[in-house]
Amino acid sequence: MNYFVGAIRWVLDPAHYPGPNGIPVRMAEQLWYTALTLVIACAIAIPIGYAIGHTGRGRAVAVSVTGGVRALPTLGVLTLVALWTGIGLQAPIVSFVVLAIPSILAGAYAGFEAVDRNVVDAARAVGMTGWQVLARVEVPLGLPLLIGGIRAAALQVVATATLAAYVGSGGLGGYLFAGLQTRDYEQMLAGALLVVVLALVLEGLFALVQRLVVPRGVVAQRGNVRTRPSRSRPVMGDPIEEGK
Amino acid sequence: MIEFRHVSKRYPDGTSAVEDFSVVIPSRETTVLVGSSGCGKTTLLRMINRMVDPSSGSVAIDGEDVAHVDPVRLRRRIGYVMQNSGLLPHRKVIDNIATVPMLNGVPRAQARARALELMDTVGLDRSLADRYPAQLSGGQQQRVGVARGLAVDPNILLMDEPFGAVDPIVRADLQRELLRLQRDLGKTVVFVTHDIDEAFLLGHQVVILQKGGVVAQRGTPREILARPANEFVASFIGADRGKRALRVARADGVDVVVDGDGRPAGVLVGTEEDAAAGGPGS
Ligand SMILES: Nc1ncnc2c1ncn2[C@@H]1O[C@H](COP(=O)(O)OP(=O)(O)OP(=O)(O)O)[C@@H](O)[C@H]1O
Ligand SMILES: [Mg+2]
Repeated sequence: MNYFVGAIRWVLDPAHYPGPNGIPVRMAEQLWYTALTLVIACAIAIPIGYAIGHTGRGRAVAVSVTGGVRALPTLGVLTLVALWTGIGLQAPIVSFVVLAIPSILAGAYAGFEAVDRNVVDAARAVGMTGWQVLARVEVPLGLPLLIGGIRAAALQVVATATLAAYVGSGGLGGYLFAGLQTRDYEQMLAGALLVVVLALVLEGLFALVQRLVVPRGVVAQRGNVRTRPSRSRPVMGDPIEEGK
Repeated sequence: MIEFRHVSKRYPDGTSAVEDFSVVIPSRETTVLVGSSGCGKTTLLRMINRMVDPSSGSVAIDGEDVAHVDPVRLRRRIGYVMQNSGLLPHRKVIDNIATVPMLNGVPRAQARARALELMDTVGLDRSLADRYPAQLSGGQQQRVGVARGLAVDPNILLMDEPFGAVDPIVRADLQRELLRLQRDLGKTVVFVTHDIDEAFLLGHQVVILQKGGVVAQRGTPREILARPANEFVASFIGADRGKRALRVARADGVDVVVDGDGRPAGVLVGTEEDAAAGGPGS
């Protein structure tokens, strides 16, 4: 409890705000790493996930590969890549991207698979091309699960981004490692608290985004029981609860 | 004219849905495919717009084999009303109806204006235009499905049990509406149902199917009623149960028509020569 009060006092101390080691800069760095990671991970995972969801092919491979990747310890990946690229931002970003991809990939293809097959069939039957079915039916209807996947990835990354400090980059991890070295546990706990604050802010942001981009008809439909099941394959990998 | 020439369909899992089916569907009339569940009606219907490709044989529209037509272009000029309304859940009613014209490049405003007209045509209140499909009743959804099928003003309209999900009153309403539409617009309608009464009401030509798409009998409702080709047809149309064997009985000075069990089925008001009017199912 004492540590806790001390940590809050540490956070509120005006002396910890200015300068490159101040709380605002560190938080901005943490957010920047998270955003950069998510953008890169989305650019990689969404096209692949959509291809899998649209064609129904390659799913087994994706599940086993991402399952394996999930088992990789991020610190291990970080160290390995850092041995290669040296100190700097590349190693942490690469390892965070590796961390983020499985959730986003699963969200992308699970989103497509959750689309009622009858709706896709109907879209084809009225004369939509494959691309039109993808862009006008599968993408909008798959958004809730995709955003759920990105949201899960964002939380993982924003917490794990503390590791950037391990190879000399900034972020809130700086407080953790500095605190550990000097046995300044209040500073460590303060760093952790700030990470929690960021995570909560991100949560709120995603809740908002979800409300804005999810098609209204889909929301209206939620209360109804679907007349026919969507594609009946079981969803493997991590369950994604958000936006279901 | 739509021509099925020795069409068979075997699905990849080995199910043989249709075998050697040949039928000519004349233009500007309603042809009803009727048969019990699983006899291949939907399979046959979807061969016309290439949602299903036959394993052997061919389907031709006005002499042109559909296998040589680009499926997307083919589908955009054939109206298709699906067994389940098949509406896009994330689009408003009006946008669902306007979908195909917009795919064909009709400007949005124009497509939406036309969609509103079509809502009148199928008897949907215009105030429903901005709702989403999930906010409509089953019967309203099916009407939207019909309106969407009509939106490109197709010569051919495929309807797969379009009135399955509605109560008898709304159903009768929609059937009347379809009869009127067909008469006014002169579409070639291919209609699928498992309800023989609906088939006789709507069809100029009725094709009664047995399992595997075997044609049990083909003809006008009158021909089929007058001379059921075999036991199967007789039982399918209910003739054997006395449901259709009607007699005239006199009650209180009025001619009453009664069925085989003596239950009243209607009142006799004269012969057809007197009325000098007719139409399918009248
Ligand atoms: N995609 C498919 N794969 C395998 N078998 C199928 C497929 N679609 C239909 N079948 C089978 O083909 C047969 C005919 O199916 P079809 O859907 O044409 O019947 P239907 O007459 O429309 O029935 P209903 O009145 O129930 O709609 C059935 O035995 C069905 O199980
Ligand atoms: Mg069917």
